[in-house]
Amino acid sequence: MANQFDVIILGGGPAGYVAAIRSAQLGMSTAVIEKDKLGGVCVNIGCIPTKALLHSAYIASLLRDAKEFGVEAGAVKTDYGVAMQRSRRVSDQNSKGVEFLMKKNKITVVKGSGVLQPGRKVKVGSDSYEAKRAVIIATGSRVKGLPQIGLEINKTTVISSDEALFLEKAPATLAIIGAGAVGMEFANIFSAFGTTVTLIEALPRILPFEDAEASDALAKSYKKRGIEVIAGAKVKKGTPAKDKVTLEVEANGATRKIEVAAVLMAAGRAVNTENIGLAECGVQVSERGFIKVDPGLQTTAPGYYAIGDVAGPPMLAHKGMREGVNVTELVAGKKPHAIRYDNVPSVTYCHPEVASIGLTEEQCKEQKLEYVAGRFPFSANGRARGTGETEGFVKILRDKKYGEILGAHIVGGHASEIIHELAVARENEYTVEEVELAIHAHPTMSEAVAQAALDSLGRVVDM
Amino acid sequence: MEALSPTMEEGRLVKWHKQEGDAVKAGETLAEVETDKAVMDLIARADGVLQQVAVTEGQTVPVGNVVAVIAAPGETVGASVASAPPPTPAPSGGGMRDAGSMVAVATPKPATAAAPAGDAGGVKASPLARRIAKEAGVDLKLVTGSGPGGRVVKRDLDATAARPQAATPAAVAAAPHPASRIPHPAVTGTPFEDVPLTQIRKTIAKRLVTSLGPVPHFFLTSEVDMERAAEARDALNRQLGDRGKVSFNDIIVKATALALTKHRACNAWFQEDHIRYWNEVHLGMAVAVEDGLITPVIRNADLKPLLEIGHEAKQLADKARSRRLQPSEYTGSTFSVSNLGMFDIDQFTAVINPPEAGILAVGTITPKPVVVDGQVVPRRRLRLTMSCDHRVIDGATGAAFLSTLKGMLENPLAMLL
Repeated sequence: MANQFDVIILGGGPAGYVAAIRSAQLGMSTAVIEKDKLGGVCVNIGCIPTKALLHSAYIASLLRDAKEFGVEAGAVKTDYGVAMQRSRRVSDQNSKGVEFLMKKNKITVVKGSGVLQPGRKVKVGSDSYEAKRAVIIATGSRVKGLPQIGLEINKTTVISSDEALFLEKAPATLAIIGAGAVGMEFANIFSAFGTTVTLIEALPRILPFEDAEASDALAKSYKKRGIEVIAGAKVKKGTPAKDKVTLEVEANGATRKIEVAAVLMAAGRAVNTENIGLAECGVQVSERGFIKVDPGLQTTAPGYYAIGDVAGPPMLAHKGMREGVNVTELVAGKKPHAIRYDNVPSVTYCHPEVASIGLTEEQCKEQKLEYVAGRFPFSANGRARGTGETEGFVKILRDKKYGEILGAHIVGGHASEIIHELAVARENEYTVEEVELAIHAHPTMSEAVAQAALDSLGRVVDM
Repeated sequence: MEALSPTMEEGRLVKWHKQEGDAVKAGETLAEVETDKAVMDLIARADGVLQQVAVTEGQTVPVGNVVAVIAAPGETVGASVASAPPPTPAPSGGGMRDAGSMVAVATPKPATAAAPAGDAGGVKASPLARRIAKEAGVDLKLVTGSGPGGRVVKRDLDATAARPQAATPAAVAAAPHPASRIPHPAVTGTPFEDVPLTQIRKTIAKRLVTSLGPVPHFFLTSEVDMERAAEARDALNRQLGDRGKVSFNDIIVKATALALTKHRACNAWFQEDHIRYWNEVHLGMAVAVEDGLITPVIRNADLKPLLEIGHEAKQLADKARSRRLQPSEYTGSTFSVSNLGMFDIDQFTAVINPPEAGILAVGTITPKPVVVDGQVVPRRRLRLTMSCDHRVIDGATGAAFLSTLKGMLENPLAMLL
């Protein structure tokens, strides 16, 4: 029967397409159902295009400071539209890349919206597809507005990252609500393209889930380059007009009005669990809206699995990709190594970058762990001085008794690349001593990791 | 089949507490399962009806196999376990990640196991696990690793490494209770019977070859006059009345612990590249259990009153025999005592429990003719034999300890010195 597959995956984002490829590698016939472009939010309106725009922003700021490095670039002119077009090409290339991978692995791609049906079936339009072994739900998430305070996304003055990624020009003024990774990155991008940015966060500090020292470093850096940062702020009301939005913001005991050309909503995401037939198949969701899964990623309905954002936090592409690999191996009867959800790196690609893994110092305190913090600032690192990337630090939290790396936090240039040394260390349970024992090339930013490890042992060399 | 201890590779279903068709609630005991260490409860992880029992009593199945199916009332889950859809081996960890419960029987709950001993070379273990094992005196060779390729990682040691000071005092009574479960069949036609090793026998076998083989044992025996100790015990018991009874074993445990505080050289662990001399005394007490033995620990035995020692010893022995000891209750001892007095054994040598450096073998108290002041008189006598690890304890060191212990038992007031 033509419409029968071993595995059917609903959603072709990072979790879904990786699951599809692994499934095909394991010899299972596989279909992916995708209503939009392959690659999902990540490739098309998330991770990938924002990284392209951030690099444009980085070049702009680099050129502005070029004179100090002996390079005259003249007056630096920026054009968001051109940067946007380039980011679209990057996204399209990546999406085509996923298409190619589907073909290469002989995976059937069905275009359309799939609805689950009992008996491991999925309906797309009038066609029905049947999975012999598993239906994998990987429908992802989307941005959400705050209609309760008047800030429903209207795609002109109240926008989300979905629209920001397609703007022809940068707005003159922009308020960003939410200073998590998305808010931080867009604040960085638009600020570099000449927008006056106000960054508003409800929790007491920006990057509220990172280590407080990281939040402080970024707040300082942003303020220095003219981004207004308002943390611990409550947006009481938003009043969108034709070409502006007025916000009433309460912070530090006072209420003030902020008038901006546009508001970018970056306060959380909603999972895509509606209208896909979950209830009809007995797939339950938790109070928080995520699909309930067991440690084998199976939902409450046997034969139906969930991965990626819909299966619960952290809502990160790399977490979903790993679940995609694991779930298909489980379905194929293999015994994959259990996913360590406590060892998923978290990265914000603003400048300076913020990367972390494991516990923050605040969490160590809450959990009453006996820990020692080792720190090393990039201002004391030779390579960073050479490239002028002296902002930030490496901080390692180690268990006092055994030296286990409880958490690591990096603020600085290339933090997103440096963090993986600590991810490998934690995955393999290396202690700070093994990290320090590995010889680090000189001069590199990564030396700061070894120095922070040494500092936690009370024997830092370069400081 | 849940992994109820990290060393558990298979479990024997001892007894079903629920029958097919019974309603079950999450948290209720479904069955008893014999692991390599103990008989433990297999807990239901979901509400529902026990739809199908896939393993019969007495059957041994590998960890990860389906033992039963719990279904929602009225639900029919995969008509038979054998033809159930694709297998879903649950990875380690347990429970729902994001709330809720579901139809699943086996979610592994990392418990623990492992017995003391030093670090082990040649074992796949993470650097962190090695450090923890070294500190906690866990022999990595005896721990089943749950990491890639069987690598021992931190979670395999988490419960094991319950530090002595953190654990609530637990203890033992040198216990009677012989292992006599292999029945002698009436004459049958077969010349022999092959009985597969039980989980506990496998562990004992593994443990003991790491002791008598590699550990250079030597033995010291001393005969102790127990007349004064017996008088003291009678007097104490008269005074205690209904409040409890002090046994000879309690007195021997207490005296051993006190003697160890005066001979730290014998209260030590051999740790390959160093010797750890303990400042605390945690006495392991060999307890015979059906088809094996286990050594629960009386923590800080030197600091405890006799009655408390007796009480703990009894509790722990009971727990050991019903095989409900928690790992923290049988790991971390600094010295051990093995008492076979109740079996009328005059004297014997015990095998050291690594990484400990010594063990005391206690024989039976028996009246003997003894020359006192030129007269032959009957006296109650006890033979103590100490096994020493020569890498830690030399002959004179061991003799000095034994002499202090003998002094305390022959003159119980010396314990107050």
